[in-house]
Amino acid sequence: MTRVFVPKDAAALALGADAVAAGLAPHATVIRTGSRGMFWLEPMIEVETAAGRIAYGPVSAADVPGLLAAGLLTGGAHALCLGLTGEIPFLARQTRLTFARCGVVDPVSLEDYRAHGGMIGLQLAIERGPAETLDMVTKSGLRGRGGAGFPTGIKWKTVADTAGPHKYIVCNADEGDSGTYADRMLMEGDPFCLIEGMAIAGVTVGATRGYVYTRSEYPHAIATFNAALAVARKAGVLGDDVMGSGYSFDIEQRVGAGAYVCGEETSLLESLEGRRGQVRAKPPLPAHKGLFGLPTVVNNVITLATIPIILRNGPESYQSLGLGRSRGTMPIQLAGNVRFGGLFEAGFGVTLGKLVDDIGGGTMSGRPIRAVQVGGPLGAYFPRALFDTPFDYEAFAARDGLIGHGGVVVFDDTVDLAKQARFAMEFCSAESCGKCTPCRIGSVRGMETVDKILAGQNVDANLELLRDLCHTMKFGSLCALGGFIPYPVMSALDHFPEDFRKPHRLAAE
Amino acid sequence: MAVQEPWNEDRAAEIIAGELGREGAALPILHALQHAFGCVPTDAVPMVAAALNISRAEVHGIVSFYHEFRRTPPGRHVLQVCRAEACQAVGADALADHLRGRLKVDWHGTTADGAVTLEPVFCLGLCAIGPAGMLDGQPLARLDAGRVAAVLEPLT
Repeated sequence: MTRVFVPKDAAALALGADAVAAGLAPHATVIRTGSRGMFWLEPMIEVETAAGRIAYGPVSAADVPGLLAAGLLTGGAHALCLGLTGEIPFLARQTRLTFARCGVVDPVSLEDYRAHGGMIGLQLAIERGPAETLDMVTKSGLRGRGGAGFPTGIKWKTVADTAGPHKYIVCNADEGDSGTYADRMLMEGDPFCLIEGMAIAGVTVGATRGYVYTRSEYPHAIATFNAALAVARKAGVLGDDVMGSGYSFDIEQRVGAGAYVCGEETSLLESLEGRRGQVRAKPPLPAHKGLFGLPTVVNNVITLATIPIILRNGPESYQSLGLGRSRGTMPIQLAGNVRFGGLFEAGFGVTLGKLVDDIGGGTMSGRPIRAVQVGGPLGAYFPRALFDTPFDYEAFAARDGLIGHGGVVVFDDTVDLAKQARFAMEFCSAESCGKCTPCRIGSVRGMETVDKILAGQNVDANLELLRDLCHTMKFGSLCALGGFIPYPVMSALDHFPEDFRKPHRLAAE
Repeated sequence: MAVQEPWNEDRAAEIIAGELGREGAALPILHALQHAFGCVPTDAVPMVAAALNISRAEVHGIVSFYHEFRRTPPGRHVLQVCRAEACQAVGADALADHLRGRLKVDWHGTTADGAVTLEPVFCLGLCAIGPAGMLDGQPLARLDAGRVAAVLEPLT
């Protein structure tokens, strides 16, 4: 029977993909895949034809009989037909490296993974040995995709050079930033890629055990990743003799429990050790004393999942993409009030304006874009005047923002930035681990101060107080939660001051 | 709909023993207890403390630190609704107001008939198809008053 690919990514499921798959099952061989990451087209199904895969979407279960009648199984014409998948402009404009297989392969088929270039990176790492592999990772220019942008090669070298009875590879899959879903998509769509990346890290730094700390809000990613782990173990990719190399490496997945701060690496380690997720002071660095006091690599999902393609294609190829010190590609996630929301992987350097106006197609509501928050709840709100900022760690930092994990949340002109500033403080107060005073107390006082401004009480003095408080939090907090929450607040104050002085609010003064 | 077992000390001891061999077993134990009983029962706290050789205060500290662990069982269904920025950009605040009004509960509350517990969640990774939610683990997209009604009406 003809093969039809139907995603089982959580976003596709939310839009009815299971019913579509059930409707197609009697007529075709249905392969469940991850998502290609074009969510306005989900559920997007693909039919295998001699010319290549032909896409249809968004498909509902009610569309299935009509599609079949129109010759779906031979790529027949239909109003929902999108043509060859690879030629859909949103996909054709991307440079898919980390996400090359996502939405293409059966996520839990190791044969499919190998048929699409999988495990070549791990094989190379085994053949060339730790020193040469480390050199390749360093030369690629890869930086941590969790948000901090620390050079991966340097982190790995630190762990490789640190002695310990054993070492750990910890994958941070606690993707809590609103507007981000790359980790989820990869774990649901191409979990072997993460397993391969972690195994390469283990071989390179001499670690034998890996943990993936996944947030509990991602039950589908958890299930798919556990299924992939079982397959990898059975096939000898994980275990005492990784692919017959003599190296030992295994991975266990752990599930978080709804604490945003556990996305901070030291808090995550505390949580893995079975305690409250309270931040640790650094130093010591996790690379020296990490999980259970042992040398530990802590990397984000996307960082680790990018390692196999770097080894496969060579570091020069990866390094040749990007801008300035930001090398390679970034899976940018377009979210919020955006017409074409989805995952766009491209070399660093594309401007924010191009991302939201052109690639994202403006707002879903059809109203003008007023603000874009980049980098999650700790990221700045950028106005149109800053849309020329290129997607690059340093360029965003120079404008008092951050790219974080690559989430881009679009807001139309109905947004109230004073309300968003209040939310930032509220979020920080709810999620603060409580260890340091600027974050624990500052966020509560910050929320109260914004409330006073919104109520029109001593507006000038309270605005000054809020800025002063942000300064204290930024420089006095122990980790990025309290330290970066001033970004959304200050950017709202700097770029949208009128929202803090609305006439009806002043009238209450 | 989540299946909840009634409290049973032997069952709790069995669950704890089943996870105890792991490194840093506290979270796996608490997750397993909540999976079985719908919450981390108060009676289980001293058992967990004894098994991990930590104080009851420390176990309480862990349970209360993480938003997800409950001290009392939820309703027969759990509806999580995203309150984070990407969903705010497409009307999550208005949706939340509507839901709280319709269900006559505040966040974390359970409806009078015990059918639905309403939980806030900060991001489900469905940020391009919001407002997003999850009902008993099933993801929901583009929630509005109409879809909420369609989702809630069949629930008992």
